[in-house]
Amino acid sequence: MNGANISISSLMIASLLVIVSLLFSYFQKLKLEKETMISVVRAVVQLIAVGYLLEFIFGLNNPAFTTLLVLIMMFNAAYNASKRGKGIKNGLLISFVSIAAGAGLTLCVLVLSGAIRYQPNQIVPISGMIISNAMVALGLCYRQLSADFKSRRDEVETKLSLGADVLPSSVEIIRDSIRTGMLPTIDSAKTLGIVSLPGMMTGLILAGTSPVQAIRYQIMVTFMLLSTTAISSFMACYLSYRGFFNDRKQLI
Amino acid sequence: MAQIKFENVSYRDGENTILRSLSVDIEQGDYVSVMGPSGSGKSTFLKLCCHLISPTEGRILLDGNDIMQQDPIALRKKICYCFQTPVLFGDTVEDNLLFPYSIRKQNPDREQIDSLFSKFHMPPDSMKHEIKTLSGGEKQRIALIRTLLFRPEVLLLDEVTSALDVDNTLIVENAVKAMNQEGITVLWVTHNPEQGRKYADKLLTIEGGKIAALEVLR
Repeated sequence: MNGANISISSLMIASLLVIVSLLFSYFQKLKLEKETMISVVRAVVQLIAVGYLLEFIFGLNNPAFTTLLVLIMMFNAAYNASKRGKGIKNGLLISFVSIAAGAGLTLCVLVLSGAIRYQPNQIVPISGMIISNAMVALGLCYRQLSADFKSRRDEVETKLSLGADVLPSSVEIIRDSIRTGMLPTIDSAKTLGIVSLPGMMTGLILAGTSPVQAIRYQIMVTFMLLSTTAISSFMACYLSYRGFFNDRKQLI
Repeated sequence: MAQIKFENVSYRDGENTILRSLSVDIEQGDYVSVMGPSGSGKSTFLKLCCHLISPTEGRILLDGNDIMQQDPIALRKKICYCFQTPVLFGDTVEDNLLFPYSIRKQNPDREQIDSLFSKFHMPPDSMKHEIKTLSGGEKQRIALIRTLLFRPEVLLLDEVTSALDVDNTLIVENAVKAMNQEGITVLWVTHNPEQGRKYADKLLTIEGGKIAALEVLR
């Protein structure tokens, strides 16, 4: 293998590996042959489509179009995160604002520091990483918020009945939810290089970049994931807790 | 003018009607025991008084003004509700007793804390005690002290002694009676008929979401 250049003939030979999987399924009567074929065809078609699409976008090299693409990614992520928070009022809007703020600020710092350039081939994959990370974090935050407002109802009502406003009555729950959203990112940062060689670094090494160079990118990725998750989780929790109260400051 | 006036108040939770057309007057300084079978709507009655929930029909007047027109936070500082199972937060007794001061952005009044400690028979060094080391009776007394730090006008007690032993119950009963004598209105939900009649001026019986009887005891 030379860098990231895989020839079509190499791919054809590699596709024989699918047959191995099919043979196992057939002889072990796993009845997974049809599923395997569908998944392989889907993977190939989807990847070819996204490959040509990205090639087209990278070729355009139009900042406005790149921004539009990033906004679409943010909207999709917000839509998915809001589905995780069924009890969250205005979940879609709050998720979009939080993800946009977290990812936007991180991208600004990365571009202004010169770590990356505002070009589609850099902005699009980096945005994908931070936006999807923020999406997962928000889903966790929402689940924790909804669960805590249910299970810690007496605690919240005790604080309300002592004359506290809705924020001091909920601040512990908000903090716990932000923590829940951020912990997976912090934990995975802790084990980087020990347990996992992350996708971006692996990709760079496969493409021929020296490992010492590749870790620089991975360090940047770690920083940007931490900041995006922190900002997005913080904003989403502080924007959504009020939805658990009515305008008479009663827990719904 | 009644301090708390219920005018045909109903409360529905979804399809479930918990209170129906309740009308009652509570005068300032009253000591009212609220009794009735489980699920009859006693706790709902107390939660309506301190506006943790709003009536679905009818209206509640506080000193002549509709509760819905008043600031809920200011109102709950005057009318305080104590839960059957005390909820203490943070790690120490101090975390709990400083909370009412912190939400009012005031410095703690040590004299007031000490005076309530002695009323509720808590040792003066209790402030630093960890919550997990407290007995059930001590937890309930701390929860009551926390409610009384800023001398509410009305004290709503929801079966606060139901899990306490005889000694702890007596301490709480006497302290509450003393607070009532100082002018605080007391509404006490209890299951214990003896406790219900011990100090109360009035005995309000709620059954099936309706007032079954209002007895004047003294």
